[in-house]
Amino acid sequence: MHKELFTLPFTIGVAFLIVIIVVRFAQWARGLSKIDKIRIWKNVLTVKSLLSIKESFREGLLHRNIFRKNPLLGYMHMSLAFGWFLLIVVGHIETVLYKQSLSFPFHLPLFFRYYVREETGFFLSGALTFTMDLILLFVLSGVGLAVFKRFRSKLFGMKKTTKLKLSDKVALISLWFIFPLRFLAEAFTSGLYHNGSFLTQPAGNFFNSFLPLDSLMLPVWFAYSLSLGFFFVSLPTSRYMHIPTEILFIFLRNYGIKLKKRCNAFSFVQVYSCSRCGMCLDTCQMNGAGIKTTQSVYVLKNIRNRSLTDETLFNCLLCGRCQQECPVGVELNDMRITQRIESTLQYNSSYDYLQEGKAEKADVIYFAGCMTHLTPAIKKSMVDIFKYAGVNYWFMDEEKAPCCGRPLMLAGQFEAAKKLILNNQKLIESSGAKMLIVSCPICYKVFKEDYGLHDIKVMHHSEYLLELVRNNIIPPAKQPHAVIYHDPCELGRGCNIYDQPRELLENYVDVLKINDEKELSFCCGGSLANLKIQMAERDKIRNGALEEYMRYEPDFLVTSCPLCKKTFSKGTKIQVYDIAEIVSKNLKTSRQRVKHIKDLKKEIYQTELI
Amino acid sequence: MEKFGFAIRETRTIDFEQFDERLLEYVLSYEPSFRVCLSCGGCTATCSAGNLIDFNIRKMNLLIRRGETEGLEKEINKCMLCGKCVLVCPRGINIRNVIMLIKKGIVLFNTSGKSDQRYYCHA
Repeated sequence: MHKELFTLPFTIGVAFLIVIIVVRFAQWARGLSKIDKIRIWKNVLTVKSLLSIKESFREGLLHRNIFRKNPLLGYMHMSLAFGWFLLIVVGHIETVLYKQSLSFPFHLPLFFRYYVREETGFFLSGALTFTMDLILLFVLSGVGLAVFKRFRSKLFGMKKTTKLKLSDKVALISLWFIFPLRFLAEAFTSGLYHNGSFLTQPAGNFFNSFLPLDSLMLPVWFAYSLSLGFFFVSLPTSRYMHIPTEILFIFLRNYGIKLKKRCNAFSFVQVYSCSRCGMCLDTCQMNGAGIKTTQSVYVLKNIRNRSLTDETLFNCLLCGRCQQECPVGVELNDMRITQRIESTLQYNSSYDYLQEGKAEKADVIYFAGCMTHLTPAIKKSMVDIFKYAGVNYWFMDEEKAPCCGRPLMLAGQFEAAKKLILNNQKLIESSGAKMLIVSCPICYKVFKEDYGLHDIKVMHHSEYLLELVRNNIIPPAKQPHAVIYHDPCELGRGCNIYDQPRELLENYVDVLKINDEKELSFCCGGSLANLKIQMAERDKIRNGALEEYMRYEPDFLVTSCPLCKKTFSKGTKIQVYDIAEIVSKNLKTSRQRVKHIKDLKKEIYQTELI
Repeated sequence: MEKFGFAIRETRTIDFEQFDERLLEYVLSYEPSFRVCLSCGGCTATCSAGNLIDFNIRKMNLLIRRGETEGLEKEINKCMLCGKCVLVCPRGINIRNVIMLIKKGIVLFNTSGKSDQRYYCHA
């Protein structure tokens, strides 16, 4: 073999990788919608690009999000990514200084020690050799941790990791080999030519004492080049494709590109951005019910491998806990809904039986929601409060009204949901109301996001009641109870409403501070988004959450979702209340106020008569 | 008489040798809980769609079990998937999945049951 040919595997690997990445990125860029393309052009020369570079540096190299989850895991990722990056950068600086020019063979910085053997003494050469050794040590510590993690992942704060497929294994093993081989190759060379520093030089001297380095040096450099080549060639088909894709994802996200209801190139960018780290696995409550193959990472993997099934796709509560954990920031819930929309596209209902309902003129519309009709205490409480506060309201779905459309949306029946949305929207608008109060977070989310209610303020009843209390329309009445407030998924993670219910509750009871609250709150297990789960499995998820809550020994549980209330009350002896019930219960204790309002009304009546 | 809810139906027979049980088999294979339905009618009583129009899930169940799948598509499309039926079902049947399976099954068997992989949007 010609001596110089040993760099060939590396060169071929890099060339292959670059071609694949360019083709892929071009395909994705072409697949974006017209508006998204305009977005890119408009934003590419703005500060958003700089922010994206900063974010790519922070997440792609330093891995700050993983650091937050577990420092050791963060260090492992940082040492590999940032260390490798430094090796490349410092290696290039070293080569430039040595060559005294900017033109040199592409592979020279990587195989620098092989080519530059003599003590040349160029500017800073000693310091640079030392730095390169230091960085190599840094990377090697990361590789050591990575190998260790494969066998003992619990030490890294992860109970589960994902299973690997063949190309992942090839890439993983070649990645593991790259840096130890580089170390050996540099050590062997420095053993012969004394061009190493604090790490490679002693190692070289040591190997030189008992190994025929003369004949071993070239094969080890070749093996190093080969492992690089293997890694680059297997990268596009392995999970390591997330490295280039994640950077693209960060840029596109910062340019304001969002997932659509239908699947497009941006969905694929997100799919390929998944590193299959498996952080979404531990947080998934479905594990508690023995469902271990339908988590987000597997759905993304199935989309890439073209092996998605309904059983996986629809077996998810869409609670959004995994989305909180994802270090890349993949929109896991919306990704799943997009796939659900695609997969059920052929059988959407038209609901042509819907008739235009008659709207009542009112200031405030109250929409209880289907689930609230199964928990009558909530709607009764709301009606009591409206009457007490003297609100001119219209109970829109008191007798009959179509569903809000969110359950259809969760099942992927987007076209069908649109029909219901249009019908309801017309009805709401024709009532002339300025406010829509909703008791069910599931409805609330769809009213907020998918209805075009521009002049009408949509509020969940917890927000509305807080406003009534703030404006002294209904009185606070503190009771000596300690309660746990359960954040419903759709209201909390879904609509970012965490503080209003808590502030409202503080007027009536003491809210305990617990570990699993707000963004980290549990799902009750009743979620309408899961079409596949069996009742017994739902019960297990619910019991898991309840068990955790009971450790705080609350007087009762409070939530603001009829479905959560219904689910929890089936599984526990302590009382489960909706936030509206807490408020309305305490109305009855302050009769004085009622009298005051009655007087007020009488006054108004009399003035009108005059 | 009909105004009181009574009527004389013409006699008819269902040939159990002949009937089309593909849909039933399909639904049962993916949602075995459908087996335990005792036709109590709770689902129909609480149904949001049934409140708006003549729609009877319990009857749907009977039709599928008899293999009477004609006209089923129009009926099943009335469902709004709100999920009240699942909550009231005393047997814990996952009715929403049954509905979705029926909808999908109708499409599958109308298009000669090709693999359902083409429905997803793969990368």
